Amino acid sequence: MAHEHKLEIFRGLWKFKSNTQKIWGVLAFLTLVTAVEVVLGIYKPAMLTGTYVLGMKLLNWIFIILTLVKAYYISWDFMHLRDEKSALRRAIVWTPIFLVLYLVFILLVEANYIFDVYKDGFIKWNF
Amino acid sequence: MDTTVTTEIKGSVWGGGNRPLGASYGKLMMWFFLVSDALTFSGFLAAYGFSRFKFMETWPIADEVFTHVPFFHGNYPMIYVAFMTFILIMSSVTMVLAVDAGHRMKKNAVIWYMFATIIGGAIFVGSQAWEWATFIRGDYGAIETKGGRILQFVDAETGSRVALADFAKTIPSERVAHKESNGIWFYKEATQPSFTINEVIEGFKANPSLAIKTETINEEGEKVILNRQESLSKLSDASQVVEGANLIHNEYGSRLFADFFFFITGFHGFHVFSGVIINLIIFFNVVLGTYERRGHYEMVEKVGLYWHFVDLVWVFVFTFFYLV
Repeated sequence: MAHEHKLEIFRGLWKFKSNTQKIWGVLAFLTLVTAVEVVLGIYKPAMLTGTYVLGMKLLNWIFIILTLVKAYYISWDFMHLRDEKSALRRAIVWTPIFLVLYLVFILLVEANYIFDVYKDGFIKWNF
Repeated sequence: MDTTVTTEIKGSVWGGGNRPLGASYGKLMMWFFLVSDALTFSGFLAAYGFSRFKFMETWPIADEVFTHVPFFHGNYPMIYVAFMTFILIMSSVTMVLAVDAGHRMKKNAVIWYMFATIIGGAIFVGSQAWEWATFIRGDYGAIETKGGRILQFVDAETGSRVALADFAKTIPSERVAHKESNGIWFYKEATQPSFTINEVIEGFKANPSLAIKTETINEEGEKVILNRQESLSKLSDASQVVEGANLIHNEYGSRLFADFFFFITGFHGFHVFSGVIINLIIFFNVVLGTYERRGHYEMVEKVGLYWHFVDLVWVFVFTFFYLV
């Protein structure tokens, strides 16, 4: 069991005196991120929904990035990946990331193709 | 194995005493399980993305589907899910505090933190059950066309939804639900909707202030509302009344949306439920002093990993089902 805890987050910008304090600090941060997501989700600023980056609305990019940020802090500080050996950490993190990116890429490209067939091909489905 | 060079005693290597990567056997196995489970959930969410991209221009808008908060009337999108998310994060925090107290061998603190975690999990599962019940019951009702598309009714001026009960005419008809007891064949049919298709159509014709909202999303990201003329001609395609949602019909729009909702949140809810059960078992072990006698609280840490994983998955479900 790793009794040693690394007590700093944000690459050392925020240091804590004890593990308990770090937990509450991470909670505050996660709550803040969730609150930002919810507020953006309710108000949907036109500036963010109107701008497209790489074919997706900027707002959706923000949501996905904030989600990954939350996932990082849950796994690093709550699941103690920060305190594990880096080989274990990499095995756990990169395996799913690689497979999921691959799967998502294939499925979304294919779905987009089917969307085009439904839209421009001579198929009537919305009647 | 005589040729194997090892600096440790044989018994400890093969008896589970070895700690590759500095993590104990139990923790490593938990991580194996979590990685595979993460891939399962990713598969579901990727399939959701597939169906959504396939029907990009007609997919339901989550903000218009999940608008309810218990004990409050009115339109509050996102609020309740945000509450659920916070509950789950909070219970994750009490779990990690329990693990922390376990490291310092403080039995009573572990007990109380685990208790709080279990309560949080129970609240979350209860909220999800409520969310399901609300979704299944539906609120406004809609019409399904012959092609399986959904037509909803709105006030033409304000664009706000109008319930079937508010405008459907009462036309006496003989149609009754077929019960298992009435036939030679022991078939029964689903509960009949509160209104027949004719009652809805006639009510719509008699009410000039109504219009039809289609599934199609326009460039502003809003559902297209037809004008009166188009609405009336669209109604000729109507095939049945839909109230609420199940795996076959869905008054909120694409039926795939309901299928994925039930499947993904259901699978996640099942994880939370089993997490609560496992937490309960470990809780009683802590109370009985099992880990005090064992000399360490690693078991709490292992169920903690599972519990945080459930929270982690919810973060993704929240984003891809409710936000994006």
